[in-house]
Amino acid sequence: MPVPDAVPAPELPAVLRASMLLRCLAIQGSWNYEILVGNGVGFCVEPALRQLPGGMDAQPYKDALARQSVYFNAHPYLASLAVGALARVELEQVPAVRIERFRTALCGPLGSLGDRLVWAAWLPACSLMALLLFGFGWTPLGVVAGFLLLYNVGHLGLRDWGLRAGWKHGLRVATAMGHPVLQHGPRYIGRVSAVLGGLALPLAVHRAIGGQEPLSPIPMGVAVATPVLAVLLVRLQGRAEGWRVVLALLAVFVLYSVVR
Amino acid sequence: MLMAFLAVLVDTIPLALLAGVVGLDVVSFPQAMISRPIVAATLGGAFVGAPEAGLVCGTALECLALESLPVGASRYPEWGSASVVAGAVAAVGATSASFPSVGAFAVGVLVGITTGWIGGWTMVKHRQIIAAFARPRLDQLAAGSRNTVVGLQVFGMTLDLARGALLAACMYLLARPLAAQVNLRWTVSEDLSRAIIVTCVAAVAAASVWKDFHAISGTRRLFVASLAVGTVLVVAGA
Repeated sequence: MPVPDAVPAPELPAVLRASMLLRCLAIQGSWNYEILVGNGVGFCVEPALRQLPGGMDAQPYKDALARQSVYFNAHPYLASLAVGALARVELEQVPAVRIERFRTALCGPLGSLGDRLVWAAWLPACSLMALLLFGFGWTPLGVVAGFLLLYNVGHLGLRDWGLRAGWKHGLRVATAMGHPVLQHGPRYIGRVSAVLGGLALPLAVHRAIGGQEPLSPIPMGVAVATPVLAVLLVRLQGRAEGWRVVLALLAVFVLYSVVR
Repeated sequence: MLMAFLAVLVDTIPLALLAGVVGLDVVSFPQAMISRPIVAATLGGAFVGAPEAGLVCGTALECLALESLPVGASRYPEWGSASVVAGAVAAVGATSASFPSVGAFAVGVLVGITTGWIGGWTMVKHRQIIAAFARPRLDQLAAGSRNTVVGLQVFGMTLDLARGALLAACMYLLARPLAAQVNLRWTVSEDLSRAIIVTCVAAVAAASVWKDFHAISGTRRLFVASLAVGTVLVVAGA
């Protein structure tokens, strides 16, 4: 018997795709510690479910929406891959037990893939690029626009790709998870980030301290103190987060400067 | 007195709304990263007429934010609405194209970190409230009620918007007079003060880049080499 996903995917109507994509932007709107992003998945799949026989008032729609609104965990951007795949299997009326098993199986990989690619690679890379633009002396508008454009090309592209790939592959969505960008992207982005970070830090620091003559005592002091403090922070890993250390140091410094 | 209060209020209301929208972006909608400090603080500064001061403060907070990955259920500082407040506070005493006054800059960074910390706690509470709101409605969810599904999303997002706005309004009202006072009483030289603040945040950024990427083969050498190139660019460009 041919499996439902072995047949070519039907066309995903443009309006439906736009509606689901827009809803995917709000997939974490009701994120909580009990069902996590579960209700959000139901919210995103819902426009597709209206095409089930009988429409919104019929039992297939209600059963499908109930199935899709229970516990689910995934990276918010890659959740669109699940949304596309789940919408397709629901419209193909794959047996409920199989959909539930499939839905459960999607949770883990979509979380770890997304965390590695987006939170640990793409976002820091774009942040470092913004610091580099600042270091190059760009205006506030330029830095903000540059960062937002770069980041959201990746962000929106990933969400849109996920939705289309999920719809295309249905139950065989694991094929899409093997995409080279998902598998190898973090490694390459990490290398680019190392270069961006190395370039950005001296330039951004120089501008932030007011563009003083680099070989004068204060910038030289910054050039020595920064790596020393950075090494200490690396060694403190797991015991104290950097922002807590900075909070303490700055609080003492402000008090000293104001009270003395 | 009344006029001064009204002037603060005129600044606070739009800032609070901006912080609400930016706070919403952190998790709920649309995660386009307008909530990153370098964006949010610049917007905060721009809202009170000093985008450059907001940008400098945002850059400092961005260095700190590099360290905290917003992964799933973990608790992390909520940098979005915090950075709006920080950018606006750092703008106290600055003009549209000027760097922040050093006292306001220090207070801006401090307030940004503190507000981010409190914001992280409010996010946890926000999630607990959504769960409590959802619990009596689980039967309706299990029955496939569209209204319940949509209602939960709208409730969560509205609450998040209000959370960010309220937090920012409170923190800004407290921190703005503080920044003005600190500006007046600051005694350490401006260049040295700026250098101390920037050293602290840059060290966190350098440590974060190292921790995030050192495990990938070749990145340590790339990082050190590009640090050298960046330093040469600074010296050559002076």
